[in-house]
Amino acid sequence: MTTTEVPQETSTSYPMTRECPYRPAAELGRLQAEEPITRARIWDGSTPWLLTRYADVRSVLADPRFSSDPYRDGYPTVAASRKMRQDRQRPSFIFMDDPDHARLRKMLIGEFTVRRIETLRPLIEQTVIELLDAMEAGPRETGSRLAGTSMSTDLVQAFALPLPSLVICHLLGVPYSDHAFFQEQSHALLDLTSGEDTVFGALDALQGYLDDLAETRRRNPADDLISRLGARVDAGELEPSEVSAMAFLLLVAGHETTANMIGLGTLTLLHHPDQAALVRDGDTATVRSAVEELLRVLTVTHLGRRRVALTDVEVDGTLIRAGEGVILAAEAANRDPEKYSDPDDLDVTRGTNQHVAFGFGIHQCLGQPLARIELQIAYPALLRRFPDLRVTVPDSEIRFRDQMAVYGVHELPVAF
Amino acid sequence: MGMKVTVDKDMCIGAGQCVVTAPDVFDQDDDGFVEVLNESPGEGDAEAVRDAAHVCPARVITVEE
Repeated sequence: MTTTEVPQETSTSYPMTRECPYRPAAELGRLQAEEPITRARIWDGSTPWLLTRYADVRSVLADPRFSSDPYRDGYPTVAASRKMRQDRQRPSFIFMDDPDHARLRKMLIGEFTVRRIETLRPLIEQTVIELLDAMEAGPRETGSRLAGTSMSTDLVQAFALPLPSLVICHLLGVPYSDHAFFQEQSHALLDLTSGEDTVFGALDALQGYLDDLAETRRRNPADDLISRLGARVDAGELEPSEVSAMAFLLLVAGHETTANMIGLGTLTLLHHPDQAALVRDGDTATVRSAVEELLRVLTVTHLGRRRVALTDVEVDGTLIRAGEGVILAAEAANRDPEKYSDPDDLDVTRGTNQHVAFGFGIHQCLGQPLARIELQIAYPALLRRFPDLRVTVPDSEIRFRDQMAVYGVHELPVAF
Repeated sequence: MGMKVTVDKDMCIGAGQCVVTAPDVFDQDDDGFVEVLNESPGEGDAEAVRDAAHVCPARVITVEE
């Protein structure tokens, strides 16, 4: 498609600034009610479509007439920093359409089945116990003793980030001892305000690291995912560069998203003590429901899924032309009053997993069974260990991650 | 008239939503692809099966009632 799109008149821009750190911008709700399929100006001046209704978002995400390939004209990139990254990075399969996407994803789905991930439960539970033990033993570099017997720490560094990092490292075969290195690169890449030097530096460093690791594991396999992909290289099914692109995706996606769900989810629960009590004291079904509800209301992948139309498509009466970009605002769809009663209320007993926090369609999150089990273990374990857990600063002093590709909190000072 | 469940395994993307939603009716094989454990689930599983069809991201579950 070579037609050059002319930007359209619109007073809407995306992303929008939140009025409240716990809710998407109110304007998204208004658009959902009044202009559910509209145009929005993005960072580069282009005006892709912005869809906010649950039904429309799901419909487009499941439609093969919309492409996930960011190299196509009209694809609405998230930010300048992401465009820089796309121009330099070997793409992973989340930025491909079928059949290329299917060929690569299908090599991984056996690693992330519900049953396979369930075998990680003892490891995750033990890791949680050890991290909570360390918090309780405090104060080390991340903790300090308050007056009396109360302890304080940054929950992000002490618990929310190390838990998913340790687990994804175990699964992939990435040495956790390198976590300071890869977390720094990952942070730089997810920061939407990063300049070119920062983006390229982080990208080259992390890609080089994973290239080397993948080659090492291919020669000397261990019982981990990267080694198993190495065997596929030897079998001629994969290129070495495809292995490190997969490892890159899984490492970054595997810890940042869950870490922010733990941090922001804990903060949210602490603001709703009645809901926190249900999670702390609830049975398995209640905890499962609570995790789905937190995924729905928090939608930490808060900048919309992105697609570009391959052909003219009519969506709910609006013609989207070939080559036009589309942003699917999952964070709005998850609060659509046509789908959810009292959508802005946190109700951990809601008991539905029909949200689109993991996306929808063929690109829906591969790691969702892992994310779910980590969250189902982490929230109640934390609340049970520290019944007096509380945030020590007002919301106005908490740095929310508005400028990061994954929403959440940079730090969460807590006492317990 | 009972419920009849069929799947298009070739189009399955292994998200596992069906297994989470209706574990008595759906499973995944070792490669991650959907398997139907019970093609004619009873009334007790009916709502979960409808939910599973709804949340299947690749829309490969068909429910006839």
